[in-house]
Amino acid sequence: MTVLSYMDAITLAMKEEMERDERVFILGEDVGVKGGVFKATQGLYEQFGEERVIDTPLAESAIVGVGVGAAMYGLRPIAEMQFADFIMPAVNQIISEASKIRYRSDNDWSCPMVIRAPFGGGVHGALYHSQSVEAVFANQPGLKIVIPSTPYDAKGLLKAAIRDDDPVLFFEHKRAYRLIKDDVPDDDYTIEIGKADVKREGEDVTVITYGLCVHFALQAAERLEKDGIDVHILDLRTIYPLDQEAIIKAAKKTGKVLLITEDTKEGSVMSEVAAIIAEYALFDLDAPIKRLAGPDVPAMPYAPTMEKFFMMNPEKVEQAIRELAEF
Amino acid sequence: MTENRHAVSGLSDEDVLNMYRTMLLARRIDERMWLLNRAGKIPFVISCQGQEATQVGAAFALDQKKDYIAPYYRDLAVVLHFGMTTKELMLSAFAKAEDPNSGGKQMPGHFGQKKNRIITGSSPVTTQVPHAVGVALAGKMQKKDFVTFVTLGEGSSNQGDFHEGANFAGVHKLPVIIMIENNRYAISVPLKKQFACEKLSDRAAGYGMPGVTVNGDDPIEVYKAVKEAADRAREGKGPSLIETVCYRLTAHSSDDDQRQYRSEEDLAEGRAHDPVKSFANYLKELNILTPEIEEKFQNDIMAEIDEATEYAEQAPYAAPEHALKYVYAEQEEL
Amino acid sequence: MAIQNIVMPQLGESVTEGTIEKWLIKPGDQVKKYDALAEVQTDKVTAELPSSFTGTIGEIIAQEGDTIAVGEIVCTIQIEEAVVSEKTDTNVPKTIEHVTAISSEKSMKTRYSPAVGRLATEYQIDLSQVEGSGASGRITRKDIQKIIDMGAIPRSALQTTEQSTRVASQQAIDEVNLKADSLVQSFSTGDVEIPVSGVRRSIAKNMVTSTQEIPHAWMMMEVDVTDLVSYRDSIKEDFKKKEGYNLTYFAFFVKAVSQALKEFPMMNSQWHGDKIIQKKDINLSIAVATEDALFVPVIHHADDKSIKGIAKEIHELAQKVRNGKLKPEDMQGGTFTVNNTGSFGSVQSMGIINYPQAAILQIESIVKRPVIMNGGMFAARDMVNICLSIDHRILDGLISGKFLARIKEILENTSKESTSIY
Repeated sequence: MTVLSYMDAITLAMKEEMERDERVFILGEDVGVKGGVFKATQGLYEQFGEERVIDTPLAESAIVGVGVGAAMYGLRPIAEMQFADFIMPAVNQIISEASKIRYRSDNDWSCPMVIRAPFGGGVHGALYHSQSVEAVFANQPGLKIVIPSTPYDAKGLLKAAIRDDDPVLFFEHKRAYRLIKDDVPDDDYTIEIGKADVKREGEDVTVITYGLCVHFALQAAERLEKDGIDVHILDLRTIYPLDQEAIIKAAKKTGKVLLITEDTKEGSVMSEVAAIIAEYALFDLDAPIKRLAGPDVPAMPYAPTMEKFFMMNPEKVEQAIRELAEF
Repeated sequence: MTENRHAVSGLSDEDVLNMYRTMLLARRIDERMWLLNRAGKIPFVISCQGQEATQVGAAFALDQKKDYIAPYYRDLAVVLHFGMTTKELMLSAFAKAEDPNSGGKQMPGHFGQKKNRIITGSSPVTTQVPHAVGVALAGKMQKKDFVTFVTLGEGSSNQGDFHEGANFAGVHKLPVIIMIENNRYAISVPLKKQFACEKLSDRAAGYGMPGVTVNGDDPIEVYKAVKEAADRAREGKGPSLIETVCYRLTAHSSDDDQRQYRSEEDLAEGRAHDPVKSFANYLKELNILTPEIEEKFQNDIMAEIDEATEYAEQAPYAAPEHALKYVYAEQEEL
Repeated sequence: MAIQNIVMPQLGESVTEGTIEKWLIKPGDQVKKYDALAEVQTDKVTAELPSSFTGTIGEIIAQEGDTIAVGEIVCTIQIEEAVVSEKTDTNVPKTIEHVTAISSEKSMKTRYSPAVGRLATEYQIDLSQVEGSGASGRITRKDIQKIIDMGAIPRSALQTTEQSTRVASQQAIDEVNLKADSLVQSFSTGDVEIPVSGVRRSIAKNMVTSTQEIPHAWMMMEVDVTDLVSYRDSIKEDFKKKEGYNLTYFAFFVKAVSQALKEFPMMNSQWHGDKIIQKKDINLSIAVATEDALFVPVIHHADDKSIKGIAKEIHELAQKVRNGKLKPEDMQGGTFTVNNTGSFGSVQSMGIINYPQAAILQIESIVKRPVIMNGGMFAARDMVNICLSIDHRILDGLISGKFLARIKEILENTSKESTSIY
């Protein structure tokens, strides 16, 4: 066991997989000599050379599209989008190509690649360095979307994503990179994609969330415990396809469900989670399903006042849980 | 006396006869598909007619046992040379379960067949250019000596993926041949409304690769250009851009009527440039294509197409629930 | 030889019809498969329509200039062989696993949707007694709505004051429930918790409805049944031997009540808000107790029956109650209730009217008491109290008194000489 930051766990996962499988390689902007703008690929260029840690031209569609080609050939590319906000030029390659290759060729071709993208706000990144863009992709069968919350999960899930035979979009919360530290086993382990994880057992209110918000929920739960409010927390970890069974089970456990996302509210991943609960757990509900999310404005503003207003935090979470507990 | 132009390019008489046969087969398959569409038997056709010389010339310059191809939707003759059969093409036209391209999931013209290294394609145009570059990158990393050949229409050359892919290939000196089949129309939009440069091959300079524009009606000229590019690629000298200028002899697709936007003179000029006829004439003038061979080709091809049509028409569709298959990797069924 | 149809093809993804511009063949022409038959024009393209068969042109159905829908026949062809129809691949597996198996087949009877729960609370509906029409017995919102709507039918004419009475009675039920809740709260060690059965719940509900809706008034009369007693006692043994069941005092009382009801039809009526309905039939409800419940079977047309007939019916109904064989029709249609409270040893009681009837009569224990007779002498007499509860909306003291007096008269004049039990 070693205490690692969320980012170190991600770097370690890539390092281990590149050592294990020579088909694994990284491509993206600034991933080589610089080691990535967030330093997520630090040391890998030195270890594996410029052929396997490729600094590419600044062109997201090519980064993904070239990755798609290499994956179809049989390699295991990890394409890095410098910010999730800049993934948009590559949407056609992700949605029209990577996600549909197995299906459209009737299992003849496949596209085993990982697209990593730092996302999320609270880092003074303004509109175009703060977004949660997962909902754009979260209705595309053929694609898997993973968002880990802890260093332990990040390592195990990224390794699983690299070994997965289908394309995986791997979103990493930028504020978690250095903020979240955790004991991470030194050994080679993977975490199954598509499985949610109970991060805290509780009896009064169920919180379902993912990414950095898992930590906000944990903090809020600790405070609420003093007031006798016992919070159950489910970390989705994979937001597409969703772990329906775990969601239904968690919702049924307390009958009061709070769904939290840092994304804007309408049409968010949590809207789908709410639909699953409404569809399959109606008779176990003790309160209306509650969504806590960002306001429906285009993206997170720059000024600290407005950023704080938009961004999720433990206080907002605590307040929302309290309301549900008292319902 | 007609000059023998193929021998100097390293093509034997047998080679050119094979090239002609492939062109003729592609043409006849395409014509049959139109008839089937007009008879209400298949919903959609997108055609290769007028581009057979370009496609066959290029395909014959590649190694069909080794090289990867990322064809666009008109490349019927390219995939024929790379091993897709008439029967398989008909199965695709009828959207039957046995269609090797997609099992009946995709429209015809969306080629893909892994065993023949035909990379699966989609409808959004030009996405295949970065894919070809990626395959080339993988080949380079794995120290293979195959070449990746990707085609597109001239309309598609305006897409971002064309520039992004070509630039990536140029930067990394990847063994890619990018061939633009310029048939003068992006559905209804003529060349002068598509780009402002004189030749599309002029763009090659921007990507740090050689670019040539050749007569797409002549398979030998296209063969020479692609052969040269393939040799360069195999020698590690990087990518090439080739523009072949040809004519589109049919409407854009079975859903289009080109008489609405093309003049009669324009259409007549196209017919005068029919590459199947002109190449037949070349071979006849050199007495390579004798009337006996021509008749045999014609009869064999029609028999092959009739049989393929019959087979595909009678072949079963996929079960409805097959629509749920292969979203993700599946465990092999017992 | 077979006739095949040539139909208008779909020429273009969104095309629905085509126009025959020109026929290129005529009936009797020999055509080969793929030969052009006609020029067809659509919104998207103009094309030649090829033959799908080799054969002889039969009939030209669509004329030049006609616009034909996709799939409609344009001409026919006579061909040599039959055509094999298309098949579906049967090798592809048909069964596809569902992502999550969610629904279970167990009873949905006690699964109340939020909408049903809300309505049940609002209208004080006991959901345990509602039959669900949904899947696996689930009670649907429509089921509840129907009950609410139907519930209003017998009271559809209720005036506003009556409506408020009804609401009040619902509140009372709520209070009963609340009281029950608070009792559960005060449950302590050694206490026995008895679940409320459907029958008990039904009784509770009816009692509450009756007391809350009907303004009760009470009246009691003392009756000297010395002659009746001696008459009955004198034939009791023979009767039992002959008929096989007991001749009870109660049969005499029931007979007397039915006779009096005939003369005072207002006692045999029901309150309907803006009107009072006098019931034609005299159907007497009689209360029969078991250890844990109370049943009120009905002697229909009691006025048509003899004392013996009534005795027999009381016997049979009591048997049915004890054996649990009572049918719903045995309990329906009562117009007036006679309650044999005397069987418990009671000498005085206040009955709760069996809603929606107008009155209930309690027959108390027959006891020997000293009574001052006409001559001023004391005598030991068999005395019985009969206690009447009335719906004061329908009935007043005067008529009630006359009714009781009439019963008293009948009973006091019941004797061997004047009364036949047959």
